[in-house]
Amino acid sequence: MLDIQKIRSDFPILSQKVNGKPLVYFDNGATSQKPQVVIDAIAKYYQEINANIHRGVHTLSQLATDAYELSRNKIQNHINAKHSHEVLFTSGTTFGINLVTNGFATLLQPGDEVLVSALEHHSNIVPWQMLCERTGATLRVIPMNEEGELIMSEYDELLSNKTKIVTVNHISNALGIINPIKYMIDKAHEVGAAVLIDGAQAVPHLKPDVQALNCDFYVFSGHKMCGPTGTGILYGKEEWLNKLPPYQGGGEMIKEVSFEKTTYAELPHKFEAGTPNIAGGIVLGTAIDFMNEVGFTNIQEQELELLAYGTEKLLEIEGLRIFGTSKDKTSVISFNIEGIHPYDIGTIIDKLGIAVRTGHHCAQPIMNFYGIPGTIRASFSFYNTKEEIDSLVAAVRKAQMMLS
Amino acid sequence: MKIKEIQNEIVDEFSMFDDWMERYEYIIELGKKLPLIEEEYKNDSNLIKGCQSKVWLQGEQNDDKIVFTADSDAILTKGIIAILIRTFSNQSAIDIINADTDFIDEIGLKEHLSPTRANGLVSMIKNIKMYALAFDAKK
Repeated sequence: MLDIQKIRSDFPILSQKVNGKPLVYFDNGATSQKPQVVIDAIAKYYQEINANIHRGVHTLSQLATDAYELSRNKIQNHINAKHSHEVLFTSGTTFGINLVTNGFATLLQPGDEVLVSALEHHSNIVPWQMLCERTGATLRVIPMNEEGELIMSEYDELLSNKTKIVTVNHISNALGIINPIKYMIDKAHEVGAAVLIDGAQAVPHLKPDVQALNCDFYVFSGHKMCGPTGTGILYGKEEWLNKLPPYQGGGEMIKEVSFEKTTYAELPHKFEAGTPNIAGGIVLGTAIDFMNEVGFTNIQEQELELLAYGTEKLLEIEGLRIFGTSKDKTSVISFNIEGIHPYDIGTIIDKLGIAVRTGHHCAQPIMNFYGIPGTIRASFSFYNTKEEIDSLVAAVRKAQMMLS
Repeated sequence: MKIKEIQNEIVDEFSMFDDWMERYEYIIELGKKLPLIEEEYKNDSNLIKGCQSKVWLQGEQNDDKIVFTADSDAILTKGIIAILIRTFSNQSAIDIINADTDFIDEIGLKEHLSPTRANGLVSMIKNIKMYALAFDAKK
């Protein structure tokens, strides 16, 4: 069992007041709050070892490089990648996906198919649409059902030898549904297709094992898992990363440069042009250490308890409907109240100190599927409490009273 | 009444409220009372798509005045629309062009007109001004 009060005291922002009320932060799906160790580590980097990496023989440069590479190794261990050079630092999930789609532009031809799930965030839809426009490949959509689950029988039907890559999120951002990715990866491999998993919403809740999953790419952001903004990871299998061309040209990613010909550096540097977010990369390692210290078993236990409690309490509100009712869910409750626009509820409960996300959650196809303009999304983290859920429920009731 | 006079009147009305809740309850009331835009005008060409809420705006010339009707799918947005319509509708093009919306800050609703709020209201004001510019140019 977690000592929640102790954990909460690690996050300075949580003791803040917003609009004169104690902050109830339920927008963890958008970004998580940061513990003091992470905040301190950023300052420590700039105070003690700031230097550019990989280029200097001087001591500070060496210290910064070592810290950066140590972080890469930590992340490698965390996701159980086979090699550390399969772990690329990026600015976030979106960058990672674009790196892969850009690379696939050299591999796809008209007639090839890209499968994307109906549950995706726009960042895992639009880059693939752009890829298809560039190459003449066809984008096909794996449909979902009313519970918010992808329909596996339809997925099986869609897969063929035309399928070159399948892209799906591990956990849906809008609804919190956990997708059967292991099944999907195995099935895709049977027809020779690669699989990219968008793990942005998964890494705050669980520890992915990329070798056990056998996915070809796994992308995620640091800022949703207690790390700094502007950080992220693209894991790619060595064979795939060797096959893809570099994404950006610049310093650090080259072996030799002349005006006639440039040869590229080995992995991972081939994909890490320019001076990276050094502080961010290092501190992402600190964030992962922090989360492992809290322990993912503890995290899941606390979050699932909040999910069960929140679901029960919210459903007591008349006219409230939850979207995404599959039993395979993480601690996200996406809901609406009959006859009331989510924007109105969100605006009023903000006045009561409650931070939730409202709107389409950058997943308009899901909203279109349900025929709604958006939802109110409360996403819980391990540092949230049942008392905070009580505050949410009371605030929603108050908003409902004012608005009806 | 001139735009500025109407805005002062609204500021006076809002000064009676003690807290945000009373202000919001009033806005909700206004939103509910706002005459709906004619269904035929609730079309795509009159639609301003905010990320959070939708706004429809229709402007028509009535002698030397412009008459606006509008609607939204969110009630708070609609309430603020009611306030904006009250100030800008039935005014001359040149008065609309020269008017500002500073009174919104004074009545404590500044956040609703923030360009990052994405509720469609900022674009609505821009479109009101565009209507006025277009009508003025036709003269």
